[in-house]
Amino acid sequence: MIGHAERAARFAADDARAHWHDQALWWVRAKRDKAASAVPDWERLRGLASAIKAHTQSRLADYLEEFERNATAAGARVHWARDAEEHNAIVHRILADRGATRLVKSKSMLTEECHLNPYLEARGIEVVDTDLGERIVQLAHEPPSHIVLPAIHRKKEEIGELFHHKLGTAAGLSDPKVLTEAARGHLRERFMRAQAGLTGVNFAVAETGHVVVCTNEGNADMGTSLPPIHIACMGVEKLVPRLADLAVFLRLLARSATGQPTTTYTTHFLGPLRGGELHIVVVDNGRSRLLADETFRRALHCIRCGACMNTCPVFRRSGGYSYAYTIPGPIGSVLAPSVDPRAHASLPFASSLCGSCDDVCPVRIPLHDQLLARRRDAARAGLLSSGKRLGMRLAGMVLRSGFLYLLASRLGKLLGRALPRRILYGRWNVWGRQRELPPLPRESFRDLYRQHRSERRG
Amino acid sequence: MDSRSEILKRLRAAAPPPAPLPDPRSETVPYADPLAQLEAALQAVAAVPVRVAGVAALPEAVAAVVAQLGATRIASAVPGAAPGTVRPEELADPHELEGLDLAILPGEFGVAENGAIWVNAAALPHRGVFVVTQHLALVLPAREVVTDMHAAYARIAALPRSYGLFIAGPSKTADIEQALVIGAHGARSCTVFLVG
Ligand code: SF4
Repeated sequence: MIGHAERAARFAADDARAHWHDQALWWVRAKRDKAASAVPDWERLRGLASAIKAHTQSRLADYLEEFERNATAAGARVHWARDAEEHNAIVHRILADRGATRLVKSKSMLTEECHLNPYLEARGIEVVDTDLGERIVQLAHEPPSHIVLPAIHRKKEEIGELFHHKLGTAAGLSDPKVLTEAARGHLRERFMRAQAGLTGVNFAVAETGHVVVCTNEGNADMGTSLPPIHIACMGVEKLVPRLADLAVFLRLLARSATGQPTTTYTTHFLGPLRGGELHIVVVDNGRSRLLADETFRRALHCIRCGACMNTCPVFRRSGGYSYAYTIPGPIGSVLAPSVDPRAHASLPFASSLCGSCDDVCPVRIPLHDQLLARRRDAARAGLLSSGKRLGMRLAGMVLRSGFLYLLASRLGKLLGRALPRRILYGRWNVWGRQRELPPLPRESFRDLYRQHRSERRG
Repeated sequence: MDSRSEILKRLRAAAPPPAPLPDPRSETVPYADPLAQLEAALQAVAAVPVRVAGVAALPEAVAAVVAQLGATRIASAVPGAAPGTVRPEELADPHELEGLDLAILPGEFGVAENGAIWVNAAALPHRGVFVVTQHLALVLPAREVVTDMHAAYARIAALPRSYGLFIAGPSKTADIEQALVIGAHGARSCTVFLVG
């Protein structure tokens, strides 16, 4: 089976693009650092966020009931979906019952997870993603490659080309301003003729029944204030107990995502448009299973800021598609194996375990610990490739025996110097494919240590 | 079992042991001059803050912005600011807002920390006027400034429970090679009149 490393190799084959991608994301990471360090109580906020999530998890069912009561009292209708199929069917039924065939969507990773678009399109509904990045990948018939920056893998010239073919703009455009203006006109038309709008949910508040949606473009607001029907789709984990909790999460979210102090529009929906309808679809789709898992339940704290992707040295150099899962990067590699351990067995290895993701995660998910635990699970379930299995067994043997270790290090030093490159960097050396091995030191640590000790004694 | 009961049952069975709910209030030191901080934060989110000496001076300040934008179709929900040429409350259908040049709306309070202004959108004749309009102006009494988001939610909790939003500057996007472009779907500019 093809794994992350093989897919990453395809992305990395275009060296210039891989570097460009790396730089683009590093720039976002740097902006995040600046924003985070400008908040004096940043670490305290992260602790609070994590504690609020942990508390909410322990009483999630109660809070969902409270949320439902309050949202319903304000005029919303709350639907419940066990899985992706049921979610899609509910959304379709709402639209079909009202004869709506034109839907505008604002960014929602949950609907990506459920593959809602093809489901609706197969049933004769026109679905338009309205976030600019999402629209770009939709026109290109691609999924998003990043949860916050869906088209981060595309160059502006390619977007100009795409718009030329799909939107009829002049050939050869590449100015982001001009391209955005073209998209604005195109999408405004879609907003005007839409019969329903669908949004994701960033946060839902039990105490009041609000659902909160954060965007910079205002597409969630356009899509829910013109057509009379608003469908908001949320995973069960989006809940927070109180309005006051939003302060903690909103101070963290945009700063972690893009380095902005806040998103442009932070809309608190409560009840429908005058004369309209608000439907809230609450989705489980594997989340209760994850909650039951002591080791991995903290992964449900994720607020989808994307910071762990931007900082991950593997993600930056391998691209979102190499993960072959809706949520890529460190958090995706933790989540994917709970959906299908076999198909996603290689993802936990797409990490240097440097721990940078832990450091940036605003809700303090212990990502690298969880990745390590996923590796152990994959190994126990016998899901490692034969090469990796053999390598691990060998390494285990060598590291357990003082004699073998000594022998291996002596041999390695000798061979590393003596062997011609052709052999040293042969097919068998997966580590040597994209990188040079570090120069071998003249003296080993063991030699140095011995020498140091005898000097001190002498 | 129906989906609702089944999901709730699964979540109850999976729930981790009780964990306390912490007090989310802030420990940040208030700004020495919150209004000045709000102005700086507004600029940082690409909004244009305009100080206005008092209510009496507001029409003139607004007129200057109207002239500068060349706006002719104007909706005003702030009676003292400008008369307005379009009356949204008379429009039956929000689609008729299309083509609006400028909407002038009242803000409840501003957040010094991040330049966000709370707008009680339930009071608007059409919910989406702030985003359908080409340009947006918010009118905020200069004393209505809170330090940070914690203080903001304390204010919101004291208001009647309703639909509302924070607006921080004009609509923007950075989806094409991370280049910041102002004016994605919503307002292309956001002027904030700080009155008094
Ligand atoms: S795991 Fe943490 S850093 Fe990664 S997207 Fe989720 S909240 Fe952000």
